[in-house]
Amino acid sequence: MTTLQTVFAKAKADNRAALIGYLPAGFPSKEGAVSAAAALVEAGCDVIEIGLPYSDPLMDGPTIQDAVHRSLTNGTRIADVLRTVEGVAATGAATLVMTYWNPIDRYGADRFARDLASAGGAGTITPDLTPEESQPWRDASADAGIDTVFLVAPSSTEERIEAVAACCTGFVYAASLMGVTGARETVNVAAEDLVKRTRAHTDLPVCVGLGVGTGAQAAQVAAYADGVIVGSAFIRRILDAPDEAAGRASIGELARSMAEGVRTRA
Amino acid sequence: MANEGSILTAADLAGNGVHGDDPDARGKFGIFGGRYVPEALIPALDEVAAVYAEARNDARFLREFDHLLRTYAGRPTTLTDVPRFGEQAGGARIVLKREDLTHTGAHKINNVLGQALLTKRLGKKRVIAETGAGQHGVATATAAALLGLECVIYMGAVDCERQALNVARMKLLGAEVVPVTNGSQTLKDAINEAFRDWVTNVDTTHYLFGTVAGPHPFPEIVRDFARIIGVEARRQILELTGALPTAVCAAVGGGSNAIGIFHAFLGDQDVQLHGYEAGGHGLASGEHALTLTSGSVGVLHGSRTYVLQDDEGQTIESHSISAGLDYPGVGPEHAWLKDSGRATYHGVTDDQAMAAFSLLARTEGIIPAIESSHALAGALELGRELGPEATILVNLSGRGDKDMGTAMKYFNL
Repeated sequence: MTTLQTVFAKAKADNRAALIGYLPAGFPSKEGAVSAAAALVEAGCDVIEIGLPYSDPLMDGPTIQDAVHRSLTNGTRIADVLRTVEGVAATGAATLVMTYWNPIDRYGADRFARDLASAGGAGTITPDLTPEESQPWRDASADAGIDTVFLVAPSSTEERIEAVAACCTGFVYAASLMGVTGARETVNVAAEDLVKRTRAHTDLPVCVGLGVGTGAQAAQVAAYADGVIVGSAFIRRILDAPDEAAGRASIGELARSMAEGVRTRA
Repeated sequence: MANEGSILTAADLAGNGVHGDDPDARGKFGIFGGRYVPEALIPALDEVAAVYAEARNDARFLREFDHLLRTYAGRPTTLTDVPRFGEQAGGARIVLKREDLTHTGAHKINNVLGQALLTKRLGKKRVIAETGAGQHGVATATAAALLGLECVIYMGAVDCERQALNVARMKLLGAEVVPVTNGSQTLKDAINEAFRDWVTNVDTTHYLFGTVAGPHPFPEIVRDFARIIGVEARRQILELTGALPTAVCAAVGGGSNAIGIFHAFLGDQDVQLHGYEAGGHGLASGEHALTLTSGSVGVLHGSRTYVLQDDEGQTIESHSISAGLDYPGVGPEHAWLKDSGRATYHGVTDDQAMAAFSLLARTEGIIPAIESSHALAGALELGRELGPEATILVNLSGRGDKDMGTAMKYFNL
């Protein structure tokens, strides 16, 4: 298993930011998710986040909602998510699961952490699990040897950033804007300030997500962040493609341009 | 009593020192409640909690709220004895708390007036809200019009169609109604969409949450603004009968009308508290909203509570003939009252509710909301159990005018 620590150490040695791609399990199909993720890895993604589809994704915008809805309609189960993780981890990318809390809660925190580690997963990102409620999950993850990533936001106070960062291992996820997931015309300027504020409280890498959709934006963010997270822009391309092969080609092209961006850092 | 001084005092809101009072610092009622939301919303929730903590102890705020409740909402609402209806309930004395007589026709007005005042105190000029049947949407649009706030209501596209009249009312009141077309296109999806708006516009906007669910501090705030129902009813029933009731009955969807009337009686250990959930087509059919009576503990809409969910934590869509009870979650304080045994929760099917709806209309000349009819159906059964010596206080949470379309179809009128 490739760990987040390995990824960020290597990126640092190369004087570049890491590129992190998000795709939901079961999208565009159960098998198609693994090959789409493999296309991202081949194009230069260092880390893949596999989304665990949930019925009530309240921090996701229309693009991810659409993909997740299709995945659930296709009958995606947690076993499929774990199989997807296994397939993606085999490509050599550090593989995370991004999920709302309730599916883990229901599955059992200890059991999920163990099963994810067995599948070769490197950790989780849990956007609706606050530091106050996170202890059981951090304990389970530590026991299983996987990382826990939580989010800070532009609205976060210094105290909150400190509390969230203290719960993170692997990296801290800085949400670039106040809003839901989705590509935007420009990446919010608040992101740079948030990264700066977060660094004051942690030595962990700080990665920026929400709103990044082009290679140029990736380069901008890479100038101040340790990692650039991209989700909706890939999903949009898969949704717009006539078939899975065309979708893979299209996201490969975008990922290559972003991989270049994180190496340019401008 | 009802005309002396303030209807609602700081003491009424400060808790009565018994089970079911304020949640702990993390917003927990026992293991239930809390906050499971994106970090971006935490500062806004903290702000609402802090401003409310001041407001509930501020005599001027309470006077203002009290003034609106009296002169605008039409409080206090009366109690009504319904002996002809009670004949069908084993001869038990049934007494209704008439929230249906408030302005806009349901208990929802109490919470929206309180939160609209809170919005002003927060210095915000825009409110958003979710609505299922449209009752909370209409109430929110009403309070927004009264206090000059911009208002956007999220409503499932399916519900917009079912409740076209309420959509028109909201528009007439100056609100923008946004049909939500994702997910099941009902209340839970409207809540998701309202949260998405809130996280985007939190600087200018207050999310005027409509029930005692959601992340802390909403379960506490909505409860407190609904507590006037029980505070009045307890005084009134003592005046009317000289004793506390044997039992208090209320319908439970998210649970705001029930918590509102239950709360004043929590310390009265001899008073039974009964909540009635929507049984839809019955438990076996899988088409119901029996969250407390058949659900399991999970997290939905920012709160740990009972949820209708599958074995992997995916929310199961609920069903009820009454849009106001058609919700797969429930307020965390109800989850706590259930587990502690202080309140008991039951299911009432669509058919049982509609029979009670019709019975109250024919025997007493009151057309209840279908939501409230679930409590009436529960009272019929409970009365037969408890016998003629019993007094049963039922929260008639709303009137049935909005339900005439459903009634025409159901009864072939």
